[in-house]
Amino acid sequence: MLDLKGYGPELLAGAMVTMELAFLSLAVSLILGLVGASAKLSDNRPLRAIATTYTTCIRGVPDIVMMMLFYYGGQLAVNSLSDVLWEAYEIDFFFQFDPFISGVVTIGLIFGAYMTETFRGAFLAVDTGQIEAARAYGFSRWHTFRRIIFPQMLRHALPGIGNNWQVLLKTTALVSIIGLTDMVRVAEEAAKAERMPFHFFIPVAFVYLSLTAVSELFIKWLDIRANVGVVQRS
Amino acid sequence: MPDLISQWLNQNDIFTVMTLLEYWNGLVTTVHLVFLSLLIGLVIALPLAILRTVRNPFVSGPIWVFTYLFRGTPLLIQLYIIYYGIAQIPGIQETFWWLIFREPFYPALLAFTLNTAAYTTEIIRGAIIATPVGEIEAAKAYGMSWMLRMRRIILPNAARRAVQAYSNEVIFMLHASAIASVVTMVDLTGAARNIYARTYAPFDAFIFVALIYLMLTFILVFVFRKLENHLLRHQRPVNS
Repeated sequence: MLDLKGYGPELLAGAMVTMELAFLSLAVSLILGLVGASAKLSDNRPLRAIATTYTTCIRGVPDIVMMMLFYYGGQLAVNSLSDVLWEAYEIDFFFQFDPFISGVVTIGLIFGAYMTETFRGAFLAVDTGQIEAARAYGFSRWHTFRRIIFPQMLRHALPGIGNNWQVLLKTTALVSIIGLTDMVRVAEEAAKAERMPFHFFIPVAFVYLSLTAVSELFIKWLDIRANVGVVQRS
Repeated sequence: MPDLISQWLNQNDIFTVMTLLEYWNGLVTTVHLVFLSLLIGLVIALPLAILRTVRNPFVSGPIWVFTYLFRGTPLLIQLYIIYYGIAQIPGIQETFWWLIFREPFYPALLAFTLNTAAYTTEIIRGAIIATPVGEIEAAKAYGMSWMLRMRRIILPNAARRAVQAYSNEVIFMLHASAIASVVTMVDLTGAARNIYARTYAPFDAFIFVALIYLMLTFILVFVFRKLENHLLRHQRPVNS
């Protein structure tokens, strides 16, 4: 039977950290994706340029390099900011830039770029006639977005969001490198201490595997629900 | 120009000739590792993808398990299992394999190769099963054998369909290779980490390396765009 040499509770706690990290990063990336896609589709040229630079740069740099930049650089930035605030306004401002925050910020930023592309495509897939009709009925811009564009866009975005989520889940493993005690970190320490790498890494691999499998089922279910109103021709 | 560069090198104490050389060696290691794993991965993936489309579940089943396991778990875990795991195989430390696998390069190469092989298998398989039935029927009507059909009809067209997804896989692999630095390899990221550890200048060390990765990515995108244009030139509009 599976014997985790007393590391079981720690691994479980690590798994919870992984899940928290994944869900928080997903939330950040969804928000950034919506903002980014709106910027890319707006008529404002500088806004479009900023969004394009954002997605290009993020997608060209490895996630772990970004993570290290934010983790090691983030604290430095916070420190100098708190110095400035103290000298100028005597405001006592400081916070610890821990691995968890850097993880959420970086993974959120990275997948925000991917979500931007997903949402952009999904927004474009909404029939313009729908938008024109809403405007003709006197819907305000915000109302058109909330009632007409957003619900229809979601159907097109769902497969892309699902793919991004699957990749995001696996990316969370990288945060162990900058020192977050997630399940990968616990397994690594346990494996080194007990000299039993297979013993600890294979259960962790299966946790990831079951997480991706469950997500796959959930996304399929969401997809069926989102497409309820669409006639399937086969 | 050389004057300008030497002037700039004299003015700062982070980007000295020594650190630039370190980055250069890291770049060579990264390119070496990524190129080899992609090449071997592609060579493994091609037969696997063909066998994966076979109807017999005893043939396609094990390949499905392989791709599912490697695509469903983080590459970092795979790297750890191979890097730490090989040393634990009983008796390996007495054989000549130990001389090879003691270095971090070969475990990393093995992990990356298997990972990219799994993804590439699925990409090629997707392209193969998307072959229009009419093409296969026509090939059969001409009396082509299975082998000839594969070689002349299915694979060339599958390559056209797969190149877009494969270019993403190549870029993904370049970025994923950055984790080789956690098993003590001095690739580009490893060099940046070393330089950061000496200078405590995270912005200089990591932004510089990020720019190098960005440049490599742009080069890859450019090369694949050329390749795609070449492969799909029969679909181009007449006047262009």
